[in-house]
Amino acid sequence: MEGIHLWWIGEGGADPRLLEHVRAHLDRAFGLPVALWSAAEPPREAYDPRRRQWSSTRILRWLLDHGPGAGKVLGVTDVDLFIPILTFVFGEAQLGGGAAVVSTARLHDPPEMGDDRVVRQRLAKEAVHELGHAFGLTHCGTPRCVMSRSPSVRDVDLKRDDLCAECRARLARPVERGPA
Amino acid sequence: MNGERTRILVVDDEEIVRESLGGWLEKDGYEVASAADGRSAVERLKQEKWNVLLVDLKMPGMDGLQVLGEARKLQPDAAAVMMTAYATVDTAVQAMKLGAFDYLVKPFDPEELSLMMQKIVNQQRLVRENVALRKALKKEHRFRDIVSKSATMQRMFELAQAAARSNSTILVLGESGSGKEVLARAIHAESPRAEGPFVPVSCAALTESLLESELFGHEKGAFTGAVARRKGKFEAAHGGTLFLDEVGDISGKLQLDLLRVLEDRRFHRVGGTELIEVDVRVIAATNKDLKRAVAEGTFREDLFYRLNVIPIVLPPLRERREDIPLLVSHFLERLSTEVKKDLSGVSAEAMAVIMAHEWPGNVRELRNVLERGAVVATGNVIQAADLGLSRPGAPAAPEAVAPVSLEEVEKRHIAEVLQHTGGNVSQAARILGIDRVTLYNKMRKFQLRREEGDPREPGGS
Repeated sequence: MEGIHLWWIGEGGADPRLLEHVRAHLDRAFGLPVALWSAAEPPREAYDPRRRQWSSTRILRWLLDHGPGAGKVLGVTDVDLFIPILTFVFGEAQLGGGAAVVSTARLHDPPEMGDDRVVRQRLAKEAVHELGHAFGLTHCGTPRCVMSRSPSVRDVDLKRDDLCAECRARLARPVERGPA
Repeated sequence: MNGERTRILVVDDEEIVRESLGGWLEKDGYEVASAADGRSAVERLKQEKWNVLLVDLKMPGMDGLQVLGEARKLQPDAAAVMMTAYATVDTAVQAMKLGAFDYLVKPFDPEELSLMMQKIVNQQRLVRENVALRKALKKEHRFRDIVSKSATMQRMFELAQAAARSNSTILVLGESGSGKEVLARAIHAESPRAEGPFVPVSCAALTESLLESELFGHEKGAFTGAVARRKGKFEAAHGGTLFLDEVGDISGKLQLDLLRVLEDRRFHRVGGTELIEVDVRVIAATNKDLKRAVAEGTFREDLFYRLNVIPIVLPPLRERREDIPLLVSHFLERLSTEVKKDLSGVSAEAMAVIMAHEWPGNVRELRNVLERGAVVATGNVIQAADLGLSRPGAPAAPEAVAPVSLEEVEKRHIAEVLQHTGGNVSQAARILGIDRVTLYNKMRKFQLRREEGDPREPGGS
C-alpha cells in the first residue's frame, strides 16, 4: 500500500501518545494515509560501538530492507543518531527516497527536562521535516517553515510544525491526492 | 534560495564522508560534487568553477594542503575549508596561512557546520554585490579617464560611447582645458580601432607649411630641408584615430586639403605624385565657435559639415560644479602616486576655496592647482594655503582702477604671469591652467611677447 508507514524502532517501549501525535502531524502535512507499525527488535547492526551512537544512514538501509517496500517509511527511535561527518543528527532521510528516521534522543534538551509535551512537539516537527526530504523537499529559506534547517534544539523550537505555502506547492502531487 | 546555486566540491578519500557530507549539503539546496583524491580534485578545479571546497587534510598521495595550494592558484575566489580528524595547531596555522577560509575537526557539530556555510555564502554574496556595485558606479560616473556625475556629462558619455562604435568623424567642442584630448583618447580606446594608433596633432602650434607637411608628409626635396621622405600624421594614424586639435585655427588652403582627405581618404605627400590611401577615423576639436567662423567667412562651410558629423560638447567646469569633489578625489588618487605622498584629501577650507573658484582653465586648471597643492602640502591633507588660489570673499585688487573689459583683464593677467615666469611660456601656461598652444594664440592675439633673451624657455615648437 502506498502512503506513509510510521514505524517505532526504538530500544524502549513505544509511547502511543507520542506516535499518535506524530501521525496526526504527518497526516496534516502530507495528506496521505499514515499506518502505524512496530518492530520486534531495533536495527542493532546500525550501532557503532566506537562512537557509542547509532548510524542513521545504516538505519535508513535497514528500513528499506525490512519495510513494506512501497510508499515512505519513517522510523522513530529513542537512540542517539549520527552521520560520519557530524557529532549527532536529529534525523536523516534519503532526499526523494523511500526512508527517513528521527530520534527523540537529542530532543530532551536540557536532558533533565521532564516535559514530554515539548519533546512530542519537537519530534513531530522533525518527523515532518525528514519526511519532507523523502518527498524531495530541500531546506526552505522561509522563516519558521518546518523545512528550514534546524541544527540545534533552539532552531527546532523556533519553527512551526507545518509546511509553508511554497513547500506545499512543491509537494503538489501528494497534496493533490490527499484531502484538502 | 535566490540567485545561482552555490557549488561545493567535497574532497575526501573516505567514501562514507563524501556521501554523508554531500547528502547533508544537498538538503540545504547546494550543488555538491565530490573527488576521492587530491589529483582528481585539481582536475575538477581546472574544469569547473566552485564556490566552496571542503578538503580533507590527510589523504594518500596529494594531501589537503597541496590541494589548497593549487586551489588558491586556480580558483582564488573559492572558499576552502580544511577538514581533519586529527587537529593540530601547526596544520591549522599552516592551512590558514595558505588562505583557507576555516578549519573543521571531524566530526563537526551540526550547528558549527551550518553557521560556517551561512558565513561563506553571505560573504560570497557580499563580494558579488560589491563587484556589481563598483561596476555600476564606475559605469555611471566614468567614461575611461573622464569622471562626472552631472546629468549633462552622463548624456555626453552615452553619446561618446555610441559614437566610439561608429566610424564617423567627431567634432569635440569645448573651452581650453575642458578635456577635449582626454575625451578623444577615451573614444579611441572604446572604439573597434583601439588596437590601432592614436595620433594627436595640434593645428595651432604650426605654421601653414609645417602643418601641411606634418599632416600629409613630404617627399625628399619637396622643400628646403626636406632631406628625406617623411610620412605624415595621416599615414601614421592608418588603422587608428587622428586627433586634430584646434582645427578652427587652420588656414584656408589647409582647410581645402583637409576637406579633400575627409571626402575620399586619399592624398599626396607634399611634393609627391603618388596617391596614398588611408583608413583613418578623424576626431577634430576646437574651442572656437565654428558656426560663427563660417558666418564670418574664415572657416569653410563644407569642411564644417564634414567635421560636424557627430558634435560632442564638453561643458566648462563652472557649469558642472557638482563634479568638483569627484574630480578632486579622482586627481588626488593619481597625484598620490605621482608625487609619492599618501594624500587623503583636501581640508574643508580648501574645498570651499576650490568650490568658489571660477576655473577659467577648466579641469586642467583644477588638476594643476591640485598638483601644486600636493607638492606643497606638508601633511596628508591639502590645506587652502597650499593651493595658491585667492580665498572666496577676499578683495580682488586693493587699488582702485578704472573699469576695463574682460579681454583687457585677460591680457593684463597673461602679461603679469609671463613677467612672473620670466617669459617661460610652459610655466606660464601651467599657472594659467591652459595649454601652451592656447597661450601662444592668446599672446599672438594680444600681441604679447616673451621677455627676450630668457634662456629657460626652449625656442620653437
